[in-house]
Amino acid sequence: MVFNQQGSPDPPHPFLEMRGIGKKFEATVALDDVSLAIRKGEVVALVGENGAGKSTLMKILSGVFPPDAGAMFLDGQPYHPRNPHEARSRGVAMIYQELSLALHLSVAENILLGMEPLRGPFIRHPEMMRRAREALTRLGHGDLDPLLRADRLPIALRQVVEIARAVAVGCRLLVLDEPTSSLTRDDVTRLFSLVRTLREQGHAIIYISHQLEEVKEISDRFVVLRDGKNAGEGFTAATPSSSVVSMMVGREVSDLYTHSPRIPGEILLHVENLGGRSKPIHATVTLRRGEVIGIAGLVGAGRTEFLRAVFGLDPVRQGVVRVGAYAGPASPARRWRQGVGMVSEDRNSEGLSAPSSLADNITLPRLERFGRGGLVSPRRLRARSQHWIEELRIKCEGPRQRVADLSGGNQQKVAIARLLEADVDVLLLDEPTRGIDIGAKAEIYRWIDRLSAQGKGIIMVSSYLPELLGVCDRVAVMCRGTLNDARPAAEVTGHSLMLEALGGA
Amino acid sequence: MNGRFRKLGPVVGLVLVAALFSALRPATFASVENFQLMLVQTAVVGTAALGMTVVIISGGIDLSVGSVIALSTVVIALLLNAGLTPFWATAGGVGAGVCCGLLIGTLITRLRLMPFIVTLGMWGALRGAAKGLASEQVIVAPATWLNGLLNIPQQGQQWTLVPPGVWLMGVLALGVAGFLRATRPGLHVIAVGSNELTARLCGVPVNRTKLLVYLLGSGFAAIAGVLQFSYLTVGDPTTAAGMELDVIAAVVIGGASLNGGEGSVTGSLVGALIMTVVANGCTKLDMPNWVQEIVTGGIIVIAVALDRLRHRKS
Repeated sequence: MVFNQQGSPDPPHPFLEMRGIGKKFEATVALDDVSLAIRKGEVVALVGENGAGKSTLMKILSGVFPPDAGAMFLDGQPYHPRNPHEARSRGVAMIYQELSLALHLSVAENILLGMEPLRGPFIRHPEMMRRAREALTRLGHGDLDPLLRADRLPIALRQVVEIARAVAVGCRLLVLDEPTSSLTRDDVTRLFSLVRTLREQGHAIIYISHQLEEVKEISDRFVVLRDGKNAGEGFTAATPSSSVVSMMVGREVSDLYTHSPRIPGEILLHVENLGGRSKPIHATVTLRRGEVIGIAGLVGAGRTEFLRAVFGLDPVRQGVVRVGAYAGPASPARRWRQGVGMVSEDRNSEGLSAPSSLADNITLPRLERFGRGGLVSPRRLRARSQHWIEELRIKCEGPRQRVADLSGGNQQKVAIARLLEADVDVLLLDEPTRGIDIGAKAEIYRWIDRLSAQGKGIIMVSSYLPELLGVCDRVAVMCRGTLNDARPAAEVTGHSLMLEALGGA
Repeated sequence: MNGRFRKLGPVVGLVLVAALFSALRPATFASVENFQLMLVQTAVVGTAALGMTVVIISGGIDLSVGSVIALSTVVIALLLNAGLTPFWATAGGVGAGVCCGLLIGTLITRLRLMPFIVTLGMWGALRGAAKGLASEQVIVAPATWLNGLLNIPQQGQQWTLVPPGVWLMGVLALGVAGFLRATRPGLHVIAVGSNELTARLCGVPVNRTKLLVYLLGSGFAAIAGVLQFSYLTVGDPTTAAGMELDVIAAVVIGGASLNGGEGSVTGSLVGALIMTVVANGCTKLDMPNWVQEIVTGGIIVIAVALDRLRHRKS
């Protein structure tokens, strides 16, 4: 048994056991031989960097997709949920970050959705009220009016309703995915007492969070994932935070990264005290020719919003963005003309137009280059796209093929080819290597190096610290909306960046 | 390969339907005169479908087409009665349509309303405006060359093969096809329809593109109104009621996706022709009107279902 190797006094059968779980998405290995076990009445924190495999593991647990390898047991019985509904009927409930209430229904209707007490075709209203109230009381929220419409509730109480729904159908294992990301401190305290109540009632709880203080406060044990593998586990009370961070970050730089000597030149982009709609709150940074600046930080810290505000995709509340000599209002169209291009973090819904061809995707920002007076030559579009297909070694049938048919790595190359075709000087890259295989990653690193050697300037947001350290000249940390000063990559470590991102340094 | 097959689908359908009726009624259906007649019967819906193709490719919808056609016939009749030349009366009718498009596009982009809602409102409002302008009556206009736009060529003019209105539709179709494939605004329309967020990221002026789309939608509806006027020879505020659905059906049968990004001018014209051929063929078989309507409805569903199947395979 997994636990007994660590000498803990666990009973022989944990409530849930996941053994040797593996999962591949095309060429990308998302999970490799991952194990996790949890008893009843236990809170286990699942921690790891973004992309470490936490959500993939939880999606397998909740039946979103099956594992490629490994076995799962629930209460000693084999457990292979084919869909989330089946997982729920076996007693496993996911409480997602984005809550899934029907906002136009009442609290009671939400809690008993799909299992309404009936007499003939009619809902037995008093019985529904009674059962809803009972579920809420069990969670210590008996004062919540079951007749209220869900959209009238604040986020924290919606979460309570969501948990009540899981408890009402008899779920014994609850997965809370970043439950505190949109809560105030007071709400967090109340949530924690609710989690403790659930634990005392014998529920098993898997708690996913970035906030190590929270993990310390609420969990009995922790399990660390890194690069889709188990990277350590232990009892929370007995482990200092710094060793948890070490397990999360792991080994540092490898020879995956190319970093030829670069000499910073003139200033390309200067951002002064930039504030967006809600994030970033404050950001100042200067990008020079031949320089690669990395931005580290947690998801939700405001890194993406920073790039979007610079690029004119999101409104700017305060501050100045100066591209060369221009400091006026920003829009994506202006930025492209000024020689600034952006790769979106969300390749599927924003970064690329999946139903369109490679040629359409690559040439869209600067169509005026392909003809005069509003006319465009389709042949020239395809010829230029063919050039980049060869240059970037994009595996495809040709420029007419739909982007949706390509693998993740090749799609990302298309997104980068768009910047190369527009011949921009400043490249804003948001998570440019997310979800792509290692070979494609290495090629993208080589291109970043090559472009900076050609005198381009690059700002790159990434949640993968080794990549930032290996590729960038300077790294800045975004913490709760504020961008700290960029420091030379040689002066920081993965450990120090993680601490800074958590707000601890 | 896949793309070519897609385009061929509706054409194959048209050939099959036409072959079927030709086999059943070789004498009355498969005659030169009847083919000319069917093209004439397609001209109004087909012309409006050109604009609708652009609207649907951009991911939008325009339910006001029938009302714009009626408004256009009324404006033309009024201007002819006011003593304007046919050319300027036509320009006035089309101009009225362009103004409607401007209004629709502005409401959609400025107030961020759904195209369905805005054009549903315009469907009612513009029909009302047409009735108001015409004082709820049919407006008789002096006879001009406009009335001959859809006349089958007579002796001595047979080299033109089809009436000038049909030639107009063909020329406009070439223009729209070229617009979509080889101009910057045209590619922007497709980009907005396939993924609006990506288009914005790439600096496409999304609002300006949408405005243009609805200008074209209503503009082509107004040109269809010119042909409708020619056919009616009067301004009729109650004409073309429900025609917006025929127009949308033609575009959808032609392979366009209501999710946007997909659709073709040839497809839409073929779609319009399929509907005419079915209606005409059923008449030649002496089928009652209600049978035609069931057959046409069935064809819409089958066309989209076949398209979905093809999608799933690829």
